[in-house]
Amino acid sequence: MADANNSNNEKTYLFDKPRNVTLLLRTLYVICAGLFIADFFVHRHTVHAWEEFPAFYAIYGFVGCVLLVLVAKVLRKFVMRKEDYYDVDE
Amino acid sequence: MWMSSLPPFIPFFIAAALVLVTRGPLRSLVLVAAPLLGLLHLWFDVQPQVSMVAAETLITAPGLSYTIGAFGYTLEFMRVDKLSMLFGYLFHIAALMAVIYALHIKDTIQQIAGLLYAGSALGAIFAGDLITLFIFWEILALTSVFLVWARRTERAIKTGIRYLIFQVLSGVLLLAGAIVYFDTTGTLDFNYIGLEGLAGWLIFIAFGIKAAFPLLHGWLVDAYPEATETGSVFLSAFSTKLAIYTLARGYPGTELLIYIGGAMACFPIFYAVIENDLRKVLTYSMINQLGFMVVGVGIGTALALNGTVAHAFAHVIYKSLLFMSMGAVLYRVGNINGSDLGGLYKTMPWTATFCIIGAASISAFPLFSGFVAKSMIMSATLEGEHFITWLMLLFAAAGVFHHAGIKIPYFAFFHHDSGLRPAEAPNNMLIAMAIAAFLCIAIGVQPQYLYALLPWQVDYWPYDLSHVLTQLQLLFFSALAFVWLNKQGMYPPELRSVNIDIEWLYRKLLPASGHIAVKAMSDFNTFLLSMAQRYLDGCKSLIRTNSLSRYHLAESWPTGSMVLWIGVILGAYLVVNALI
Repeated sequence: MADANNSNNEKTYLFDKPRNVTLLLRTLYVICAGLFIADFFVHRHTVHAWEEFPAFYAIYGFVGCVLLVLVAKVLRKFVMRKEDYYDVDE
Repeated sequence: MWMSSLPPFIPFFIAAALVLVTRGPLRSLVLVAAPLLGLLHLWFDVQPQVSMVAAETLITAPGLSYTIGAFGYTLEFMRVDKLSMLFGYLFHIAALMAVIYALHIKDTIQQIAGLLYAGSALGAIFAGDLITLFIFWEILALTSVFLVWARRTERAIKTGIRYLIFQVLSGVLLLAGAIVYFDTTGTLDFNYIGLEGLAGWLIFIAFGIKAAFPLLHGWLVDAYPEATETGSVFLSAFSTKLAIYTLARGYPGTELLIYIGGAMACFPIFYAVIENDLRKVLTYSMINQLGFMVVGVGIGTALALNGTVAHAFAHVIYKSLLFMSMGAVLYRVGNINGSDLGGLYKTMPWTATFCIIGAASISAFPLFSGFVAKSMIMSATLEGEHFITWLMLLFAAAGVFHHAGIKIPYFAFFHHDSGLRPAEAPNNMLIAMAIAAFLCIAIGVQPQYLYALLPWQVDYWPYDLSHVLTQLQLLFFSALAFVWLNKQGMYPPELRSVNIDIEWLYRKLLPASGHIAVKAMSDFNTFLLSMAQRYLDGCKSLIRTNSLSRYHLAESWPTGSMVLWIGVILGAYLVVNALI
């Protein structure tokens, strides 16, 4: 694009300031803490016994995602190929 | 009045013909008018007569039929009930967004292909019998491949051929299944089929290819990321959701679908985490979303089926939105690899905002469309006591937020600054994205209007304290996991790479074994030739030793001298002829 290289005197954008990134992350931490604590005060409607485990959904979400990424990294060892893998000798 | 049941594919097919003879603004008008007028016609003129009472009984209003004289077979083009109507509305909305999104392109082939594709999807939705369904199934395959080919690269052409093979195979299985079905039941009406007998299985696999069942999903992850930026928006809306519709009509309550759906919801998210091409990430997350719907069909209760079709409705809109935002980036930047993008929010703030709305919807944040639909399927799974499946879906729900909700916007628009400063997307793209974003929020905030359209009668309301709290916990702690993994440096970086999937079988293994076979054959051929050569050499040496070989006749003459002598004879003939 024509206006691609005007990096001199460029205005600072929202997340160019580290302060804003920190603020965003802190907001996330506070919300997570709030949701975790809320679990002990709100009576949740449950169907299955596992759901009654304190903060079940929070823990499941966190552990699930960490496992997802760790397993995906292992998967990468098996399935990752160079970008032109299918282009050569097809 | 005949207008009251005009089959919805007709306006699209007429518009496709009109595109051929129009230019400029008039053509744009035709493109937008077809889905818009079609939608208004469907909304005001066509009424499903009876709502459904129980999941098992789909009461169908009498539709419009055409008799094809020579064969005496009646094709039912217009089966109107709440199930087909819901998908009818949905496909009109999707087509409208897609044509607006594609208004800037001047490629006639793509415009015609897009209209015919959307039209044939509608034709299939309202098809009342298996032969009509088959006809539109095949038109759908043949027209959609042009959206891949329109990229006009060698790669896209090869991909398109592979895509077409799978689509046509699906059609052939459907036709074979229909014939066997007619043989055993004596009817071709498309209603509940079930997995009994050969016919049931043939049709099931035909639908399964289109729905991207595990191991049959290769064509999807192969072709959709290879289509043009506007083509993938069309593609993302119709084919797979048509398959969900046909499964919901033909196979509700088929237990096998619960396990297939669970697998579909889970396995693609691992691929999505490590995939670099962001449109391919979206394709994997599409299989994940289809998995939820397939589970819903498998459970087959009224709540589950309502959840399935509601999810299909929400899904088409937010998936289009995500494909549109990634298409806009591809259009402006020229590539869509996570490894090469970043920081685009600075110059494409609107696209980034719309993308985040789509991401929030696919992640099922409360107040966005995914939430009001997906919670129905989750509730139905839990109520049906499919506990393991429920855990898998819950994992998939956290995973989809991780890879589609966070990864897509994060790597495209935020992350590190790539230094790219592309212009904001063209206005028509922004308008289409705005419509989709509006619908995502509107459905999420006011779900009662969508619920009123659902085929089965169910009292369900997603916004209660437990539901909202648990969903927020799941999502925010998934986000926390993303942040934590990034801070620990454990998050896999975006790398320029491809990941081999099922298509490896026919893109590498099959060609490789083909090469081996060809080589073996050519070796055999060389062997035969050398044998023949030796035989001929033997003959030659025999002739040389023969006393006759002294004479000229036994030699071969060069062709040149022969042509010369023919020339001389003809010339002489001409001279003699002239003299006499």
